[in-house]
Amino acid sequence: MYVIVVGGGEVGHYLCKQLLDEGHEVLVIEKDAGKCEHIEEGLGDICLHGDASEIAILDKGGITRAEMVIAVTGEDEDNLAACQIAKEKFSVPRVIARINVPRNEKIFAKLGIECVVDAVYLISEHIKAETMLFPLTRLFSIRDKGLEVVLVRVGKNSPAVGKPIGELSLPLGSVISSVISHGEESQIPTVDTVLREGDQLICLVPTESISLFQAIFRES
Amino acid sequence: MGCGRIGAELAHLLDAEGHKVTVIDVDSASFDELPPDFGGMAFLGDATDEEVLTKAGMEQADAFVAVTRDDERNAMAAQIAKQIFDVPRVLCRIYDPLREDFYGGLGLEAISPTRVFVRMLKERLEG
Repeated sequence: MYVIVVGGGEVGHYLCKQLLDEGHEVLVIEKDAGKCEHIEEGLGDICLHGDASEIAILDKGGITRAEMVIAVTGEDEDNLAACQIAKEKFSVPRVIARINVPRNEKIFAKLGIECVVDAVYLISEHIKAETMLFPLTRLFSIRDKGLEVVLVRVGKNSPAVGKPIGELSLPLGSVISSVISHGEESQIPTVDTVLREGDQLICLVPTESISLFQAIFRES
Repeated sequence: MGCGRIGAELAHLLDAEGHKVTVIDVDSASFDELPPDFGGMAFLGDATDEEVLTKAGMEQADAFVAVTRDDERNAMAAQIAKQIFDVPRVLCRIYDPLREDFYGGLGLEAISPTRVFVRMLKERLEG
């Protein structure tokens, strides 16, 4: 697949390397000459020096045959502009934008860019998971289905401790798909599986029910 | 949005004609460009932030003009004004002439100073 990556910083560089390893054809468009040089040293002749918000540059990069444009610069405005032009002007089938300011997710969606990856949010969720201070970590969003894959820790004295899964009042549409107990193999639970303090659960939860779901496992 | 020479001058002219004007800029020093008798409001903040725009009174605005020196920021702020706040008239400066048409297609009144100035120079030379 021909993929255009906008932004040749750390994220762009790493992403391109992986796309190339998978056998895809990749072009990076990067404003900064120094970063271009760095990319070319590491990954070969795949960099176009220029501003990917400019129609002429995108044209030069062969955007008409690109199947995907991924904008991963540190500037949300630039990512928005590149994705909008790719989508609206050149009808690129798939556009993905990195956002650096979480509030922009809603704005991007309103302006027609639905597929965004929120860097700040992802990093903070992963840190939250490592601290073990939070009962719930969002691992992944399945946006088009309105679902979240989450990791939940069964908190001390939480309403879920000592109860079989069948007796928990889980929000409609949520599923506990795996239970990982300390020192044991992970298991696919049944309605009779009894949860213990400290168990970790991989669950599928509708986005709007996250806080309801979390309350069942929160330490009290 | 954008209190550089153009933004400040436009704000001044509109204010002098009796319009209610608010200037937004991320740099407080930029407000020095405004004349001492400017009667409008100077608002420090990022005009691509919905919350800042709400505080600055965007919901009541009849027009929004984005004239920072960054095309992408202008385009994003202008689209927020148009799509989220339903501001009736939204103008933005887009240096890149090719993109002037693109953003025009998205419902913005985009103006490319490059194109305007080139046309002017050409007319002068020919006239």
